[in-house]
Amino acid sequence: MKGALSLQVLTGILNSMIALATPFLYAAIGETFAQSAGVVNLGVDGIMLLAGFGAFFVALTTGNLWLGLLAAFLVGVAMGLVMSLISVSLKAEQGVSGIGLYMFGLGMSSLLFKVLVGTVKTIRGFPPVSIPFLSSIPFAGPILFHNSVIVYGAFLLVPLAWVVLEKTSLGLKIKAVGQNPAAADSLGISVVGVRYLAVCLGAGLAGIAGASLSISLLNLFQDNLTSGQGFIAVALVYFGGWSPFGVLAGSLLFSVVNSIQLWMQVLGVDLPASVAVMLPYVLTILALMLSSNRARQPAALNKPFDRSEN
Amino acid sequence: MSSSERSAVKAETRGPVFDWAKLVLNGALPLAGVVMALAVAGVFLALLGANPLTAYAALVAGSLGSTFGLTQTLVKATPLLLVGLGICIAFRANVINIGAEGQIILGALAGAAVPLSMPTLPGWFLIPLACAAGFAAGALWGFVPGILKARMRVNEILSTIMMNAIAQQLMNFLLQGPMMDPENVRQGTFLAQSARIPTQAWLPRLVPRTLLHAGLILAVVLAVVVYIFLWRTTVGYEIRAVGLNPQASSYAGIDVPFNVALSLTLAGGFAGLAGVVEVIGVQHRLMEGLTSGYGFTGIVAALLGGLHPLGLIPAAVFFGDLLVGADKMQRAVQVPSSLVTAILGMIVLFVSGAGIWARTWAARRLAVGRRGAEARR
Repeated sequence: MKGALSLQVLTGILNSMIALATPFLYAAIGETFAQSAGVVNLGVDGIMLLAGFGAFFVALTTGNLWLGLLAAFLVGVAMGLVMSLISVSLKAEQGVSGIGLYMFGLGMSSLLFKVLVGTVKTIRGFPPVSIPFLSSIPFAGPILFHNSVIVYGAFLLVPLAWVVLEKTSLGLKIKAVGQNPAAADSLGISVVGVRYLAVCLGAGLAGIAGASLSISLLNLFQDNLTSGQGFIAVALVYFGGWSPFGVLAGSLLFSVVNSIQLWMQVLGVDLPASVAVMLPYVLTILALMLSSNRARQPAALNKPFDRSEN
Repeated sequence: MSSSERSAVKAETRGPVFDWAKLVLNGALPLAGVVMALAVAGVFLALLGANPLTAYAALVAGSLGSTFGLTQTLVKATPLLLVGLGICIAFRANVINIGAEGQIILGALAGAAVPLSMPTLPGWFLIPLACAAGFAAGALWGFVPGILKARMRVNEILSTIMMNAIAQQLMNFLLQGPMMDPENVRQGTFLAQSARIPTQAWLPRLVPRTLLHAGLILAVVLAVVVYIFLWRTTVGYEIRAVGLNPQASSYAGIDVPFNVALSLTLAGGFAGLAGVVEVIGVQHRLMEGLTSGYGFTGIVAALLGGLHPLGLIPAAVFFGDLLVGADKMQRAVQVPSSLVTAILGMIVLFVSGAGIWARTWAARRLAVGRRGAEARR
């Protein structure tokens, strides 16, 4: 009996881990693109909120989840354009403009939600899809191969992002403008153009991260739905050393701690909930301290490019 | 820092010739940012079918239309000013403190714990002690990310955000356990709030039958103190030097890591003080939602005040006004008060975007002027 219970709990923990990791993967992989090009987009949480609302609202009114997903991506790209305009073209302090973008997303999503929807409603989100044969593998099958397309997409994004960053000329350009924009510029690469592209792509993925919460995992929208997950996604990029697989490891670690914490509450482990909820944040600070990957940091991270200086 | 910014810094330290440029930078630009943010928000409101003029009229009438509204504006401006002072100090060292929310909570915890644990002591003793304890608690919450940045180059924006979440949970834990109002527990209501602090520890009221309290005077005095600290003391000079050019400061023998950690510690202290003032001046107990987003609004106020302690005073009053008006607007014309958060975000975007542009422009004018002067010579 006890064995059965612990297997059930373990399955539960791993199931929640996969679900919890999904928004982090989209947002943090997206942020990896932006940061690899030298731009820290701190507005991820705001993008997730506004795009998450967009996806929810479109899905609620049209009944089409794919349209919702598209809306989220477009909202993300639009906010990415704003971020690029201010941080790349106007060379603003990226930390400050990102906070502005966050507050805009936080306030605007709440405003739109209250005016256009009003009360908390749930929708039928993306259903789980079982992959034939694989999902019938004992234990691992239901955990790994019985999820929504949004979850599969998040995990497929990791190798895809790696290929783009490491094996394509676009990836090389992104990393070049992040490492040495002056050299990239002298080779005829448009630093501004590549940075716009990377930031907008990243912001679009942050939008999908928001949609993954509102139309796939939670299937609702409410004020401050993300409660700061976007900021953790940014931290995961540092933790992952600007590599998609590093980000995957960080997302899984963070999510498993969070899911153990949730299950401890479910099982009534005698630890105050608030102390348990603290754990992932403490872990993030420790991870930031211990991440020895700092040598991999894009050299021009957080630095606007000014042609006249070189 | 780019060369254009560096020359802009020089421009700021030069004589009266460029005072007009300074005026544009410090006065007109933030105002333009506010106007643009209000205009864009107005467009959004119109698209949503609300009349932006009615909404803004309700906002102004709610905050400035009555004595109570006016005093409430100042009540909200007080913590914003205190938080903003800390943000200014950190920003001057080129450190971005997003952790004010958590630091306010820590300050409020300490500020409530002192009078609650010594309910029989007189007010002249309890009030200063509560302030000192709150400052220290907030400073501790700033010191941790400060030392992590100084020694291990941990990004302070991320660490302070995590510290906010930890502080929030710490307060939840204390309010649901050790610090919960015993009366509350006896009646079985289990509201997440502490007992009321003894009345002798309340800050005196400045205007009878309003919530305006002596914390405002403290905040204004401290604004002057911070100004003197940053511009008239060696430590303040070092903090600003580190912010302008850490390499040069290091060559000049300034301890850069020390100043980075110090600036975040002080920033935390001032935010902590804001928490104390909210507890002993307004709420008179510790309760959930006490920070009301002051930590983020304080950042916007600091930016709008030109990162100058004295410029911060009108900026804090303006945002206090916006917050008070927003509540009234929500009730009067059913436009959600979250509009103000969106407006704050846009102000930050506009001001941060335009700030560098204007500085580059001023630097260019400077270069042109210098070339002209050389030609004349």
